[in-house]
Amino acid sequence: MADLNKFTIAEARDALRKGDVTAVELTEACLTQIEGAGALNAFVHHTPELARDQARAADTRIKAGDAPAMCGIPLGIKDLFCTKGVPSQAASRILEGFKPEYESTVTQNLFEAGAVMLGKLNMDEFAMGSSNETSVYGNAVNPWRRGNDDTALTPGGSSGGSASAVAADLCLAATGTDTGGSIRQPAAFTGITGIKPTYGRCSRWGVVAFASSLDQAGPMTKSVRDAAIMLAAMCSHDPKDSTSVDFPVPDFEAALTGDIKGKVIGIPKEYRMEGMPAEIEQLWADGTAMLKAAGADIRDISLPHTKYALPAYYVIAPAEASSNLARYDGVRYGHRAKLAQGDGITEMYEKTRAEGFGHEVQRRVMVGTYVLSAGFYDAYYNRARKVRALIKRDFEQAFEAGVDAILTPATPSAAFGLGEMKDADPVQMYLNDVFTVTVNLAGLPGISVPAGVDKQGLPLGLQLIGRPWEEGDLLNTAYALEEAAGFVAKPGKWW
Amino acid sequence: MSIDRETAAKVAKLARIRVPEDALPALAEEFNTILGFIEQLNEVDVEGIEPMTSVTPMRLKRREDVVTDGNQQAKVLANAPDAREGFFAVPKVVE
Repeated sequence: MADLNKFTIAEARDALRKGDVTAVELTEACLTQIEGAGALNAFVHHTPELARDQARAADTRIKAGDAPAMCGIPLGIKDLFCTKGVPSQAASRILEGFKPEYESTVTQNLFEAGAVMLGKLNMDEFAMGSSNETSVYGNAVNPWRRGNDDTALTPGGSSGGSASAVAADLCLAATGTDTGGSIRQPAAFTGITGIKPTYGRCSRWGVVAFASSLDQAGPMTKSVRDAAIMLAAMCSHDPKDSTSVDFPVPDFEAALTGDIKGKVIGIPKEYRMEGMPAEIEQLWADGTAMLKAAGADIRDISLPHTKYALPAYYVIAPAEASSNLARYDGVRYGHRAKLAQGDGITEMYEKTRAEGFGHEVQRRVMVGTYVLSAGFYDAYYNRARKVRALIKRDFEQAFEAGVDAILTPATPSAAFGLGEMKDADPVQMYLNDVFTVTVNLAGLPGISVPAGVDKQGLPLGLQLIGRPWEEGDLLNTAYALEEAAGFVAKPGKWW
Repeated sequence: MSIDRETAAKVAKLARIRVPEDALPALAEEFNTILGFIEQLNEVDVEGIEPMTSVTPMRLKRREDVVTDGNQQAKVLANAPDAREGFFAVPKVVE
Protein backbone atom coordinates (compact mmCIF):
# COMPACT_ATOMS: atom_id res chain seq x y z
CA MET A 1 0.00 0.00 0.00
CA ALA A 2 1.42 3.36 -1.03
CA ASP A 3 1.63 6.58 0.93
CA LEU A 4 0.64 5.21 4.32
CA ASN A 5 2.02 8.39 5.88
CA LYS A 6 -0.80 10.32 4.20
CA PHE A 7 -3.48 8.43 6.11
CA THR A 8 -5.74 10.21 8.53
CA ILE A 9 -6.05 8.69 12.00
CA ALA A 10 -9.55 7.46 11.14
CA GLU A 11 -8.37 5.79 7.91
CA ALA A 12 -5.40 4.18 9.65
CA ARG A 13 -7.53 2.96 12.53
CA ASP A 14 -9.99 1.32 10.18
CA ALA A 15 -7.24 -0.23 8.02
CA LEU A 16 -5.42 -1.50 11.12
CA ARG A 17 -8.56 -3.12 12.48
CA LYS A 18 -9.32 -4.74 9.16
CA GLY A 19 -5.78 -6.07 9.01
CA ASP A 20 -5.07 -4.23 5.74
CA VAL A 21 -2.02 -2.58 7.24
CA THR A 22 0.18 -2.96 10.32
CA ALA A 23 1.36 -0.35 12.78
CA VAL A 24 4.93 -1.29 11.83
CA GLU A 25 4.22 -0.49 8.17
CA LEU A 26 2.59 2.83 9.07
CA THR A 27 5.53 3.70 11.31
CA GLU A 28 8.14 2.77 8.70
CA ALA A 29 6.34 4.89 6.09
CA CYS A 30 6.48 7.90 8.42
CA LEU A 31 10.11 7.30 9.43
CA THR A 32 11.09 7.24 5.75
CA GLN A 33 9.29 10.54 5.14
CA ILE A 34 10.90 12.14 8.19
CA GLU A 35 14.33 11.10 7.00
CA GLY A 36 13.75 12.90 3.70
CA ALA A 37 12.29 16.03 5.25
CA GLY A 38 15.29 17.57 6.98
CA ALA A 39 14.65 20.81 5.10
CA LEU A 40 11.44 21.34 7.09
CA ASN A 41 13.33 21.05 10.39
CA ALA A 42 10.12 19.80 11.99
CA PHE A 43 11.48 16.76 13.85
CA VAL A 44 14.34 17.78 16.12
CA HIS A 45 14.81 14.59 18.16
CA HIS A 46 14.26 11.28 16.40
CA THR A 47 13.13 8.16 18.24
CA PRO A 48 12.89 5.50 15.52
CA GLU A 49 13.78 2.59 17.82
CA LEU A 50 11.18 3.53 20.37
CA ALA A 51 8.67 3.99 17.55
CA ARG A 52 9.37 0.52 16.16
CA ASP A 53 9.01 -1.05 19.61
CA GLN A 54 5.74 0.75 20.22
CA ALA A 55 4.47 -0.20 16.75
CA ARG A 56 5.23 -3.88 17.30
CA ALA A 57 3.44 -3.77 20.66
CA ALA A 58 0.49 -2.04 18.99
CA ASP A 59 0.27 -4.73 16.33
CA THR A 60 0.12 -7.41 19.00
CA ARG A 61 -2.64 -5.52 20.75
CA ILE A 62 -4.62 -4.98 17.55
CA LYS A 63 -4.36 -8.66 16.67
CA ALA A 64 -5.74 -9.52 20.10
CA GLY A 65 -8.76 -7.34 19.28
CA ASP A 66 -10.33 -4.52 21.26
CA ALA A 67 -7.53 -2.00 20.67
CA PRO A 68 -8.36 1.68 21.27
CA ALA A 69 -8.66 4.08 18.30
CA MET A 70 -5.16 5.52 18.74
CA CYS A 71 -3.50 2.11 18.85
CA GLY A 72 -0.70 1.94 16.29
CA ILE A 73 -1.05 5.58 15.16
CA PRO A 74 2.37 7.23 14.55
CA LEU A 75 2.54 10.70 16.09
CA GLY A 76 4.95 13.58 16.49
CA ILE A 77 5.22 15.04 19.98
CA LYS A 78 5.91 18.72 20.60
CA ASP A 79 9.19 19.23 22.43
CA LEU A 80 7.29 20.91 25.28
CA PHE A 81 6.05 17.52 26.51
CA CYS A 82 8.33 15.65 28.88
CA THR A 83 8.91 12.19 27.49
CA LYS A 84 10.75 9.70 29.62
CA GLY A 85 14.34 9.13 28.60
CA VAL A 86 13.93 11.24 25.46
CA PRO A 87 15.33 14.79 25.16
CA SER A 88 12.65 17.31 26.14
CA GLN A 89 13.99 20.82 26.08
CA ALA A 90 11.16 23.15 25.08
CA ALA A 91 13.39 24.27 22.19
CA SER A 92 15.59 26.05 24.71
CA ARG A 93 19.31 25.94 25.29
CA ILE A 94 18.69 26.08 29.01
CA LEU A 95 17.28 22.53 28.91
CA GLU A 96 20.11 21.17 26.78
CA GLY A 97 20.68 17.52 27.57
CA PHE A 98 17.60 17.22 29.76
CA LYS A 99 16.08 13.74 29.66
CA PRO A 100 13.07 13.51 31.96
CA GLU A 101 12.80 10.63 34.38
CA TYR A 102 9.03 10.74 33.93
CA GLU A 103 6.33 10.91 31.28
CA SER A 104 3.82 13.75 30.84
CA THR A 105 0.25 12.69 31.53
CA VAL A 106 -0.88 13.53 27.99
CA THR A 107 1.82 11.42 26.32
CA GLN A 108 1.26 8.70 28.92
CA ASN A 109 -2.44 8.67 27.98
CA LEU A 110 -1.56 8.46 24.29
CA PHE A 111 0.96 5.67 24.84
CA GLU A 112 -1.48 3.73 27.00
CA ALA A 113 -3.91 3.99 24.09
CA GLY A 114 -1.21 2.42 21.92
CA ALA A 115 0.02 5.47 20.02
CA VAL A 116 3.53 5.50 18.55
CA MET A 117 6.01 8.37 19.06
CA LEU A 118 8.20 9.11 16.03
CA GLY A 119 10.16 11.90 17.70
CA LYS A 120 10.02 15.38 19.17
CA LEU A 121 8.87 18.41 17.23
CA ASN A 122 10.29 21.88 16.80
CA MET A 123 8.60 24.86 18.44
CA ASP A 124 9.25 28.38 19.63
CA GLU A 125 11.42 28.46 22.75
CA PHE A 126 9.21 27.79 25.78
CA ALA A 127 6.25 28.20 23.39
CA MET A 128 6.93 31.94 23.24
CA GLY A 129 6.51 33.01 19.65
CA SER A 130 4.22 32.98 16.66
CA SER A 131 6.63 31.96 13.90
CA ASN A 132 8.89 29.22 15.29
CA GLU A 133 11.80 31.63 14.91
CA THR A 134 12.78 31.64 18.59
CA SER A 135 13.77 27.96 18.66
CA VAL A 136 17.25 26.84 19.66
CA TYR A 137 16.97 24.26 16.85
CA GLY A 138 16.48 26.96 14.21
CA ASN A 139 13.34 27.70 12.24
CA ALA A 140 10.80 25.06 11.35
CA VAL A 141 9.68 25.60 7.75
CA ASN A 142 6.18 25.57 6.31
CA PRO A 143 5.71 22.93 3.58
CA TRP A 144 3.49 25.45 1.78
CA ARG A 145 4.96 28.02 -0.59
CA ARG A 146 3.59 31.05 -2.40
CA GLY A 147 2.91 29.59 -5.82
CA ASN A 148 6.27 29.02 -7.52
CA ASP A 149 8.11 31.43 -5.25
CA ASP A 150 10.63 29.51 -3.14
CA THR A 151 10.65 31.93 -0.19
CA ALA A 152 10.69 29.89 3.02
CA LEU A 153 7.53 30.58 5.02
CA THR A 154 6.84 30.21 8.69
CA PRO A 155 4.61 27.33 9.77
CA GLY A 156 3.43 29.64 12.57
CA GLY A 157 4.09 29.12 16.22
CA SER A 158 4.59 28.12 18.76
CA SER A 159 3.61 24.61 17.61
CA GLY A 160 5.35 25.20 14.27
CA GLY A 161 7.09 21.84 14.03
CA SER A 162 3.83 20.05 14.79
CA ALA A 163 2.01 22.00 12.07
CA SER A 164 4.75 21.49 9.51
CA ALA A 165 5.03 17.75 10.23
CA VAL A 166 1.30 17.09 9.95
CA ALA A 167 0.84 19.25 6.84
CA ALA A 168 3.78 17.50 5.14
CA ASP A 169 2.45 14.04 6.09
CA LEU A 170 5.54 13.16 8.15
CA CYS A 171 3.20 11.76 10.79
CA LEU A 172 -0.51 11.12 11.05
CA ALA A 173 -1.03 13.75 13.73
CA ALA A 174 0.86 15.64 16.42
CA THR A 175 0.44 17.08 19.86
CA GLY A 176 0.47 20.83 20.30
CA THR A 177 0.01 23.27 23.13
CA ASP A 178 -1.81 26.57 23.08
CA THR A 179 -1.27 29.48 25.47
CA GLY A 180 -2.41 32.33 23.20
CA GLY A 181 -3.03 30.63 19.87
CA SER A 182 -0.08 28.26 19.54
CA ILE A 183 -2.19 25.39 18.17
CA ARG A 184 -4.74 27.33 16.15
CA GLN A 185 -2.47 29.86 14.41
CA PRO A 186 0.04 27.28 13.07
CA ALA A 187 -2.85 24.99 12.09
CA ALA A 188 -4.32 27.85 10.04
CA PHE A 189 -0.92 28.64 8.45
CA THR A 190 -0.48 25.05 7.27
CA GLY A 191 -3.98 23.99 6.23
CA ILE A 192 -4.61 21.55 9.07
CA THR A 193 -7.03 21.28 11.99
CA GLY A 194 -6.09 22.20 15.56
CA ILE A 195 -8.21 22.33 18.68
CA LYS A 196 -7.46 23.84 22.06
CA PRO A 197 -9.89 22.26 24.51
CA THR A 198 -11.47 23.93 27.53
CA TYR A 199 -8.91 24.84 30.19
CA GLY A 200 -8.68 21.82 32.48
CA ARG A 201 -9.55 19.13 29.90
CA CYS A 202 -5.97 18.00 29.43
CA SER A 203 -3.60 17.57 32.31
CA ARG A 204 -0.67 19.99 32.26
CA TRP A 205 1.49 17.62 34.29
CA GLY A 206 4.80 17.06 32.56
CA VAL A 207 4.18 19.81 30.01
CA VAL A 208 6.90 22.44 30.42
CA ALA A 209 5.02 25.39 31.93
CA PHE A 210 4.81 28.77 30.20
CA ALA A 211 1.70 30.51 31.60
CA SER A 212 -0.09 28.02 33.80
CA SER A 213 -3.51 29.69 33.81
CA LEU A 214 -3.58 29.71 29.99
CA ASP A 215 -1.65 26.63 28.81
CA GLN A 216 -3.62 23.73 27.33
CA ALA A 217 -2.55 20.80 25.19
CA GLY A 218 -4.49 19.70 22.15
CA PRO A 219 -4.23 17.67 18.93
CA MET A 220 -3.11 18.93 15.51
CA THR A 221 -4.58 16.73 12.82
CA LYS A 222 -5.53 16.32 9.17
CA SER A 223 -9.27 16.39 9.81
CA VAL A 224 -11.91 17.32 12.36
CA ARG A 225 -12.70 13.64 12.89
CA ASP A 226 -9.07 12.99 13.75
CA ALA A 227 -9.12 15.90 16.19
CA ALA A 228 -12.13 14.33 17.91
CA ILE A 229 -10.46 10.91 18.13
CA MET A 230 -7.10 12.14 19.36
CA LEU A 231 -8.49 14.72 21.79
CA ALA A 232 -10.49 12.03 23.57
CA ALA A 233 -7.29 10.04 24.05
CA MET A 234 -5.39 13.04 25.43
CA CYS A 235 -7.96 14.22 28.01
CA SER A 236 -8.19 12.87 31.53
CA HIS A 237 -8.63 13.87 35.10
CA ASP A 238 -5.22 13.81 36.70
CA PRO A 239 -4.59 14.11 40.42
CA LYS A 240 -1.13 15.46 39.52
CA ASP A 241 -2.67 18.61 37.97
CA SER A 242 -5.05 20.26 40.40
CA THR A 243 -6.61 22.29 37.56
CA SER A 244 -7.54 19.23 35.51
CA VAL A 245 -11.26 18.59 35.89
CA ASP A 246 -12.90 15.47 37.14
CA PHE A 247 -15.48 15.28 34.34
CA PRO A 248 -16.08 12.24 32.20
CA VAL A 249 -14.47 12.50 28.74
CA PRO A 250 -17.26 12.17 26.17
CA ASP A 251 -16.93 10.25 22.91
CA PHE A 252 -16.21 13.31 20.81
CA GLU A 253 -16.26 11.38 17.56
CA ALA A 254 -19.80 10.22 18.24
CA ALA A 255 -20.85 13.89 18.29
CA LEU A 256 -19.90 14.30 14.60
CA THR A 257 -23.28 14.09 12.89
CA GLY A 258 -22.79 17.13 10.68
CA ASP A 259 -26.24 18.28 11.69
CA ILE A 260 -26.13 21.90 12.92
CA LYS A 261 -29.70 22.88 12.09
CA GLY A 262 -30.94 25.52 14.49
CA LYS A 263 -27.54 26.07 16.10
CA VAL A 264 -26.91 29.72 16.84
CA ILE A 265 -23.59 30.97 15.45
CA GLY A 266 -22.40 34.34 16.72
CA ILE A 267 -20.43 36.70 14.49
CA PRO A 268 -18.60 39.15 16.76
CA LYS A 269 -18.31 42.61 15.24
CA GLU A 270 -15.17 43.43 17.23
CA TYR A 271 -13.20 40.85 15.24
CA ARG A 272 -13.56 43.00 12.14
CA MET A 273 -10.16 44.58 12.56
CA GLU A 274 -9.01 47.68 10.79
CA GLY A 275 -6.63 46.85 7.98
CA MET A 276 -7.71 43.23 7.82
CA PRO A 277 -6.90 41.81 4.37
CA ALA A 278 -9.92 41.55 2.06
CA GLU A 279 -9.23 37.84 1.61
CA ILE A 280 -9.63 37.16 5.32
CA GLU A 281 -12.81 39.21 5.35
CA GLN A 282 -14.10 37.21 2.37
CA LEU A 283 -13.18 33.87 3.96
CA TRP A 284 -15.09 34.83 7.09
CA ALA A 285 -18.15 35.83 5.05
CA ASP A 286 -17.91 32.58 3.08
CA GLY A 287 -17.69 30.52 6.27
CA THR A 288 -20.71 32.34 7.68
CA ALA A 289 -22.67 31.58 4.51
CA MET A 290 -21.65 27.89 4.68
CA LEU A 291 -22.89 27.50 8.23
CA LYS A 292 -26.09 29.31 7.31
CA ALA A 293 -26.62 27.02 4.35
CA ALA A 294 -26.15 24.06 6.70
CA GLY A 295 -29.10 25.31 8.72
CA ALA A 296 -27.41 27.36 11.42
CA ASP A 297 -28.96 30.55 12.69
CA ILE A 298 -26.46 33.39 12.19
CA ARG A 299 -26.50 36.17 14.73
CA ASP A 300 -24.41 39.36 15.02
CA ILE A 301 -22.98 39.63 18.50
CA SER A 302 -20.73 41.96 20.45
CA LEU A 303 -17.76 41.02 22.62
CA PRO A 304 -16.90 44.55 23.70
CA HIS A 305 -13.61 43.89 25.52
CA THR A 306 -11.95 42.04 22.63
CA LYS A 307 -9.56 44.90 21.95
CA TYR A 308 -8.05 44.55 25.42
CA ALA A 309 -7.35 40.83 25.20
CA LEU A 310 -3.85 41.12 23.75
CA PRO A 311 -2.64 43.78 26.18
CA ALA A 312 -4.09 41.78 29.09
CA TYR A 313 -2.39 38.66 27.75
CA TYR A 314 0.95 40.44 27.51
CA VAL A 315 0.76 41.20 31.21
CA ILE A 316 -0.60 37.88 32.47
CA ALA A 317 1.45 35.50 30.32
CA PRO A 318 4.85 37.13 31.00
CA ALA A 319 3.99 37.45 34.69
CA GLU A 320 3.28 33.74 34.96
CA ALA A 321 6.29 32.94 32.77
CA SER A 322 8.65 34.94 34.98
CA SER A 323 7.50 32.85 37.91
CA ASN A 324 7.48 29.49 36.08
CA LEU A 325 10.88 30.03 34.47
CA ALA A 326 12.50 30.91 37.78
CA ARG A 327 13.20 27.18 38.12
CA TYR A 328 15.85 27.32 35.40
CA ASP A 329 18.78 28.21 37.58
CA GLY A 330 21.52 25.84 36.48
CA VAL A 331 21.24 23.72 39.60
CA ARG A 332 18.83 20.85 38.99
CA TYR A 333 18.82 20.26 35.25
CA GLY A 334 19.93 21.61 31.92
CA HIS A 335 22.59 24.13 31.14
CA ARG A 336 24.93 25.74 33.65
CA ALA A 337 27.26 28.53 32.55
CA LYS A 338 31.02 28.13 32.98
CA LEU A 339 31.95 30.26 35.94
CA ALA A 340 34.94 32.50 36.45
CA GLN A 341 37.23 32.34 39.46
CA GLY A 342 35.42 33.81 42.45
CA ASP A 343 31.92 33.70 40.91
CA GLY A 344 29.25 33.01 43.50
CA ILE A 345 25.78 31.62 43.21
CA THR A 346 24.22 34.87 41.95
CA GLU A 347 26.73 35.01 39.08
CA MET A 348 25.89 31.39 38.33
CA TYR A 349 22.18 32.20 38.08
CA GLU A 350 22.69 35.33 36.01
CA LYS A 351 25.19 33.88 33.58
CA THR A 352 23.28 30.61 33.20
CA ARG A 353 20.00 32.37 32.41
CA ALA A 354 21.68 34.86 30.06
CA GLU A 355 23.27 32.01 28.10
CA GLY A 356 20.37 29.59 28.35
CA PHE A 357 17.40 31.78 27.45
CA GLY A 358 16.97 33.26 23.99
CA HIS A 359 16.15 36.89 23.40
CA GLU A 360 12.34 36.65 23.32
CA VAL A 361 12.23 34.49 26.44
CA GLN A 362 14.53 36.88 28.32
CA ARG A 363 12.37 39.79 27.26
CA ARG A 364 9.17 38.14 28.45
CA VAL A 365 10.66 37.01 31.74
CA MET A 366 11.82 40.55 32.38
CA VAL A 367 8.50 42.13 31.39
CA GLY A 368 6.83 39.68 33.76
CA THR A 369 9.28 40.54 36.50
CA TYR A 370 8.53 44.22 35.97
CA VAL A 371 4.72 43.94 36.07
CA LEU A 372 4.92 41.88 39.24
CA SER A 373 7.44 44.12 40.98
CA ALA A 374 6.59 46.22 44.00
CA GLY A 375 4.66 49.32 43.04
CA PHE A 376 3.44 47.99 39.68
CA TYR A 377 1.59 44.86 40.71
CA ASP A 378 -1.75 46.63 41.06
CA ALA A 379 -1.36 48.91 38.07
CA TYR A 380 -0.46 46.12 35.67
CA TYR A 381 -1.05 42.62 36.95
CA ASN A 382 -4.22 43.14 38.96
CA ARG A 383 -5.71 45.39 36.32
CA ALA A 384 -5.01 42.78 33.64
CA ARG A 385 -6.71 40.11 35.75
CA LYS A 386 -9.77 42.35 36.07
CA VAL A 387 -9.86 42.91 32.33
CA ARG A 388 -9.55 39.16 31.90
CA ALA A 389 -12.68 38.72 34.03
CA LEU A 390 -14.49 41.15 31.72
CA ILE A 391 -13.36 39.31 28.60
CA LYS A 392 -14.69 36.07 30.03
CA ARG A 393 -17.95 37.82 30.96
CA ASP A 394 -18.40 38.98 27.34
CA PHE A 395 -18.41 35.34 26.23
CA GLU A 396 -20.66 34.23 29.08
CA GLN A 397 -23.22 36.84 28.11
CA ALA A 398 -23.17 35.69 24.49
CA PHE A 399 -23.64 32.05 25.52
CA GLU A 400 -26.40 32.99 27.98
CA ALA A 401 -28.18 34.74 25.12
CA GLY A 402 -28.30 31.43 23.30
CA VAL A 403 -25.17 31.46 21.13
CA ASP A 404 -23.82 27.94 20.59
CA ALA A 405 -20.56 28.81 18.85
CA ILE A 406 -18.72 31.87 17.59
CA LEU A 407 -17.13 32.10 14.15
CA THR A 408 -14.05 34.28 13.56
CA PRO A 409 -10.98 34.26 11.33
CA ALA A 410 -8.16 32.21 12.87
CA THR A 411 -5.37 34.61 11.92
CA PRO A 412 -5.10 38.13 10.52
CA SER A 413 -3.03 36.92 7.54
CA ALA A 414 -1.73 33.86 5.71
CA ALA A 415 1.73 32.48 6.60
CA PHE A 416 4.46 35.09 6.24
CA GLY A 417 8.07 34.65 5.21
CA LEU A 418 10.66 33.54 7.76
CA GLY A 419 12.67 36.62 8.68
CA GLU A 420 10.06 39.04 7.33
CA MET A 421 9.15 40.22 10.81
CA LYS A 422 12.78 40.54 11.89
CA ASP A 423 12.77 44.30 12.06
CA ALA A 424 9.25 44.66 13.40
CA ASP A 425 8.83 45.60 17.04
CA PRO A 426 7.70 42.76 19.33
CA VAL A 427 4.12 44.03 19.44
CA GLN A 428 3.77 43.50 15.67
CA MET A 429 4.51 39.82 16.12
CA TYR A 430 2.12 39.60 19.05
CA LEU A 431 -0.74 40.75 16.77
CA ASN A 432 -0.72 37.29 15.17
CA ASP A 433 -2.69 36.06 18.15
CA VAL A 434 -5.32 38.80 18.05
CA PHE A 435 -8.19 36.40 17.21
CA THR A 436 -7.07 33.44 19.28
CA VAL A 437 -5.88 34.91 22.57
CA THR A 438 -9.36 35.80 23.88
CA VAL A 439 -10.17 32.09 23.99
CA ASN A 440 -7.26 31.30 26.34
CA LEU A 441 -8.11 34.20 28.60
CA ALA A 442 -11.69 32.92 28.88
CA GLY A 443 -10.61 29.27 29.19
CA LEU A 444 -12.86 28.24 26.28
CA PRO A 445 -12.45 25.57 23.62
CA GLY A 446 -11.44 26.87 20.18
CA ILE A 447 -10.74 25.11 16.91
CA SER A 448 -9.09 26.20 13.69
CA VAL A 449 -10.41 24.61 10.50
CA PRO A 450 -8.81 25.11 7.07
CA ALA A 451 -11.40 26.85 4.93
CA GLY A 452 -9.74 28.23 1.81
CA VAL A 453 -6.60 29.50 0.12
CA ASP A 454 -5.48 33.04 -0.63
CA LYS A 455 -4.52 34.28 -4.08
CA GLN A 456 -0.99 33.00 -3.62
CA GLY A 457 -2.32 29.55 -2.88
CA LEU A 458 -1.65 29.63 0.86
CA PRO A 459 -4.13 28.07 3.28
CA LEU A 460 -6.39 30.19 5.48
CA GLY A 461 -8.27 29.03 8.55
CA LEU A 462 -11.45 29.91 10.36
CA GLN A 463 -11.86 29.63 14.10
CA LEU A 464 -14.89 28.38 15.97
CA ILE A 465 -15.17 29.10 19.69
CA GLY A 466 -17.44 26.92 21.81
CA ARG A 467 -19.07 26.81 25.21
CA PRO A 468 -16.91 25.46 28.03
CA TRP A 469 -16.83 21.63 28.23
CA GLU A 470 -18.84 21.30 25.02
CA GLU A 471 -16.02 20.24 22.72
CA GLY A 472 -18.28 17.59 21.18
CA ASP A 473 -20.75 20.20 20.00
CA LEU A 474 -17.93 22.49 18.86
CA LEU A 475 -16.28 19.67 16.91
CA ASN A 476 -19.60 18.90 15.25
CA THR A 477 -19.97 22.50 14.08
CA ALA A 478 -16.38 22.39 12.87
CA TYR A 479 -17.19 19.15 11.07
CA ALA A 480 -20.11 20.81 9.27
CA LEU A 481 -17.81 23.71 8.30
CA GLU A 482 -15.13 21.29 7.10
CA GLU A 483 -17.68 19.42 4.96
CA ALA A 484 -18.98 22.63 3.44
CA ALA A 485 -15.56 24.19 2.85
CA GLY A 486 -14.26 21.02 1.22
CA PHE A 487 -10.63 22.04 1.74
CA VAL A 488 -8.47 19.41 0.04
CA ALA A 489 -5.41 21.37 -1.11
CA LYS A 490 -2.01 19.97 -0.13
CA PRO A 491 1.41 21.56 -0.39
CA GLY A 492 3.45 20.45 -3.41
CA LYS A 493 6.48 18.44 -2.27
CA TRP A 494 9.72 20.43 -2.67
CA TRP A 495 11.64 19.19 0.35
CA MET B 1 5.51 55.36 32.35
CA SER B 2 8.89 55.31 30.73
CA ILE B 3 11.61 52.81 31.52
CA ASP B 4 15.13 54.15 31.60
CA ARG B 5 18.40 52.33 31.46
CA GLU B 6 18.64 52.17 35.22
CA THR B 7 15.19 50.56 35.59
CA ALA B 8 16.05 48.05 32.85
CA ALA B 9 19.19 47.12 34.78
CA LYS B 10 17.16 46.71 37.95
CA VAL B 11 14.62 44.45 36.24
CA ALA B 12 17.39 42.33 34.74
CA LYS B 13 18.89 41.97 38.19
CA LEU B 14 15.55 40.95 39.71
CA ALA B 15 15.07 38.40 36.92
CA ARG B 16 18.60 37.06 37.48
CA ILE B 17 19.54 37.55 33.85
CA ARG B 18 22.88 39.15 33.09
CA VAL B 19 22.44 41.89 30.50
CA PRO B 20 25.60 43.62 29.24
CA GLU B 21 25.77 47.38 29.91
CA ASP B 22 25.66 48.26 26.22
CA ALA B 23 22.48 46.21 25.63
CA LEU B 24 20.49 48.10 28.26
CA PRO B 25 19.30 51.07 26.17
CA ALA B 26 17.80 48.78 23.49
CA LEU B 27 16.22 46.63 26.16
CA ALA B 28 14.68 49.67 27.84
CA GLU B 29 13.28 50.73 24.48
CA GLU B 30 11.68 47.31 23.93
CA PHE B 31 10.14 47.43 27.38
CA ASN B 32 8.69 50.83 26.56
CA THR B 33 7.13 49.54 23.34
CA ILE B 34 5.51 46.63 25.17
CA LEU B 35 4.42 48.70 28.15
CA GLY B 36 3.03 51.34 25.80
CA PHE B 37 0.88 48.62 24.28
CA ILE B 38 -0.20 47.44 27.72
CA GLU B 39 -1.16 50.99 28.75
CA GLN B 40 -4.38 50.54 26.75
CA LEU B 41 -5.72 48.62 29.74
CA ASN B 42 -6.11 51.95 31.52
CA GLU B 43 -9.03 52.75 29.20
CA VAL B 44 -11.13 49.94 30.68
CA ASP B 45 -13.54 50.64 33.50
CA VAL B 46 -12.72 47.93 36.03
CA GLU B 47 -14.58 49.49 38.94
CA GLY B 48 -16.01 46.75 41.16
CA ILE B 49 -14.55 43.90 39.10
CA GLU B 50 -12.76 41.12 40.98
CA PRO B 51 -9.40 40.10 39.48
CA MET B 52 -9.70 36.62 38.01
CA THR B 53 -7.98 33.92 40.04
CA SER B 54 -9.25 30.83 38.25
CA VAL B 55 -10.72 30.71 34.76
CA THR B 56 -12.85 27.71 35.68
CA PRO B 57 -14.58 28.17 39.01
CA MET B 58 -13.63 25.06 40.93
CA ARG B 59 -12.77 23.88 44.38
CA LEU B 60 -9.33 22.42 44.53
CA LYS B 61 -9.43 18.72 45.26
CA ARG B 62 -8.20 17.50 48.60
CA ARG B 63 -6.44 14.29 49.38
CA GLU B 64 -5.27 12.45 52.43
CA ASP B 65 -2.31 14.20 54.01
CA VAL B 66 0.08 11.31 53.54
CA VAL B 67 3.41 10.79 51.84
CA THR B 68 2.82 9.62 48.26
CA ASP B 69 6.24 10.03 46.76
CA GLY B 70 9.92 9.94 47.61
CA ASN B 71 13.02 7.75 47.69
CA GLN B 72 14.04 8.84 44.21
CA GLN B 73 17.36 10.49 44.91
CA ALA B 74 19.09 9.06 41.87
CA LYS B 75 16.31 10.13 39.52
CA VAL B 76 16.13 13.59 41.05
CA LEU B 77 19.85 14.09 40.57
CA ALA B 78 20.10 12.39 37.18
CA ASN B 79 19.89 15.63 35.18
CA ALA B 80 21.91 17.88 37.47
CA PRO B 81 24.84 19.73 35.88
CA ASP B 82 26.85 19.00 39.01
CA ALA B 83 25.80 16.40 41.57
CA ARG B 84 28.11 15.02 44.24
CA GLU B 85 27.61 12.54 47.02
CA GLY B 86 23.84 12.61 46.65
CA PHE B 87 23.55 16.39 46.56
CA PHE B 88 23.24 19.21 44.04
CA ALA B 89 26.56 21.03 43.99
CA VAL B 90 26.71 24.81 43.63
CA PRO B 91 29.39 27.47 44.11
CA LYS B 92 30.12 28.43 47.68
CA VAL B 93 27.14 30.31 49.15
CA VAL B 94 28.37 31.09 52.65
CA GLU B 95 31.90 32.26 53.47
